[in-house]
Amino acid sequence: MSYAATPALVRLPIWRARIVLFAFVGAFAVLLGRSVWLQAVKTGFLQERGEARYSRVLEVPATRGRILDRRGDALAISTPVKSIWAIPEDFRASPAQLRQLGRLLDAEPRELHRKLNGAARDFVYLKRQIPPETAERVAELGIAGVYQQREYRRYYPSGETMAHVVGFTGVDDTGQEGIELAFQGSLAGAPGSRRVIKDRLGHVVEDIESIRAAQDGKDLSLALDGKIQSLAFAALKQAVDTHKAKGGALVAIDARSGEVLALANVPTYNPNNRARMTGAQLRNRVITDLFEPGSTLKPFTVALALDLGKVTPDTVIQTAPGRLTIANYTIHDAHPGGAMSVAQVIQKSSNVGAAKIALSLPREEMRELFRRVGFGAPPQLGFPGEAAGKVREARTWRPIEQATMAYGHGISVSLVQLARAYTALARDGELLPLSLVKTEMPVAGRRVLSAATARAVRAMLEAATQPGGTAPRARIMGWRVAGKTGTARKLEHGGYVAHKYIASFVGFAPVSEPRLVVAVMIDEPSTGQYYGGAVAAPVFAQVMQGALRLLQVPHDAPLTPVELPGEGEEAREST
Amino acid sequence: MAKLNLLLLLVLLACAFGLVTSQHQGRKAFAALESETTRARELDVEYGQLQLEASTWGLHARVARIAAETLGLRAPDPRRVRVVEPATAAARP
Repeated sequence: MSYAATPALVRLPIWRARIVLFAFVGAFAVLLGRSVWLQAVKTGFLQERGEARYSRVLEVPATRGRILDRRGDALAISTPVKSIWAIPEDFRASPAQLRQLGRLLDAEPRELHRKLNGAARDFVYLKRQIPPETAERVAELGIAGVYQQREYRRYYPSGETMAHVVGFTGVDDTGQEGIELAFQGSLAGAPGSRRVIKDRLGHVVEDIESIRAAQDGKDLSLALDGKIQSLAFAALKQAVDTHKAKGGALVAIDARSGEVLALANVPTYNPNNRARMTGAQLRNRVITDLFEPGSTLKPFTVALALDLGKVTPDTVIQTAPGRLTIANYTIHDAHPGGAMSVAQVIQKSSNVGAAKIALSLPREEMRELFRRVGFGAPPQLGFPGEAAGKVREARTWRPIEQATMAYGHGISVSLVQLARAYTALARDGELLPLSLVKTEMPVAGRRVLSAATARAVRAMLEAATQPGGTAPRARIMGWRVAGKTGTARKLEHGGYVAHKYIASFVGFAPVSEPRLVVAVMIDEPSTGQYYGGAVAAPVFAQVMQGALRLLQVPHDAPLTPVELPGEGEEAREST
Repeated sequence: MAKLNLLLLLVLLACAFGLVTSQHQGRKAFAALESETTRARELDVEYGQLQLEASTWGLHARVARIAAETLGLRAPDPRRVRVVEPATAAARP
């Protein structure tokens, strides 16, 4: 039987079919609308939600570059440590756990209490930068609300020896002082991030994209030579202790490349443990401290006079009676001499002689020379806080000031400027740009004096270290040395103070082909001796002897022991 | 027609299995890479720590002290040192 055969059996009204049709169409329309809504309008949100189920953005850490010395020994290295932090609201620990935590973190339970009940409700550091092993034991305690975070801590194996050059980083691994600050940009690197797919167990199963590649910090090779540095630091520290001085500074420069091979300061600090640190310890006396150089400036006065043809090394200058009065002010010589040649003025360090030479020079030329050899401008080491020093405008100089400037008073320089100026004497008149970073390229100097003048002054400076000069204690066995002592009264509150001196010595060796320039400064030696020749020159000799041996510089003098003068026999320089 | 469909179905199945297998292998290889990268980082950290240790043990002041005190070494008198000049300056490294 079929329906077709019985047409009259069921006669359904047409509207019922219509209703069904409309219902179906309506239902489809709703579905369609919903899918359009989800696919077109809310698609972004939904995709994001879906991705959040499995995709994660991971931080790719970047390590800070190492700082190495020129031999490749590490001076600063970052290594991972853990920081322990807590959410005080979630913190749940039994008294026993709290005691154990305190023991591991080396903190009193009372102090932990204070931190956990302090103002911060959602985040508090319990202890930063602890060794990973300790952090693991903290994790084993299983205290709720305690978390760990990986951080980097900087270690300085060479400690106080290199502290002033290398500097240090803060707790967040950014540079705060020294090279760490100066080269923050290239040392730091940039952390990257990448998007990955993680499975149910938290394993990374697929890399989707690298959002930003991590850039590790670049390693930095300094010009410093670890061996010379440690030698220099030991010698300087010994001298400062012996003479009960307030401080001391030393810088050694390679006369060929202008690289700073050693830079030492006393007092110093330990960059690994900076709990008790004072400003005096932190100061880099070589680069940021200014002082009146005293007689170490005389060679430049004489060099200018030679360059301008005003004198020859043999020109005789009358320094008797050891005094020179200019407008109510009298310049003294410590040892009044008679008629001296220009060479002897340097050798015996006569103030009167230097003043008389200076008065024959145009003051503009004198200032110009001081500027040319680098005084009054930062030495461009790229080091934070470089002092520029002060050279006043020539037209404001009175004759007495011009005279005193001839022997280094009324002008302020930093030790590194002074050492750099001496590279011009060591290198036949070429002033070198200095570098704290190892340079592979030979550098071009800038001519500031004629080669003949530089050689003539060099001979005078060598005579100063011979018997009869001011610095026989600067001599060393096997190499010829040249240099100049300086002893300057200290300036405090706008006036010179009695019994407070800065003893200095700047020199180079070997004289036949200078390789190393060393400048030493001892601040306020207070055991009676204060002359540069007695206090600073022995440090120079000790460092020069060791450094030339380490640099394997050929000998240029016979190997006979250096005879030191007896007490009081050496020529004393004027202050 | 039915034969062609069957053939295509087989090809499709083969392709699907191939895709799954290669995906799986890719993930396995990636996991291996990941663990090696982690290891490389760990070794790098260890290298840094060892370098740190080497620098600490090799401090010049410490070496000099041990040489002088424990081993009784001292720098030779310069007069007893023979300096050998290289034949030419160019031969110097």
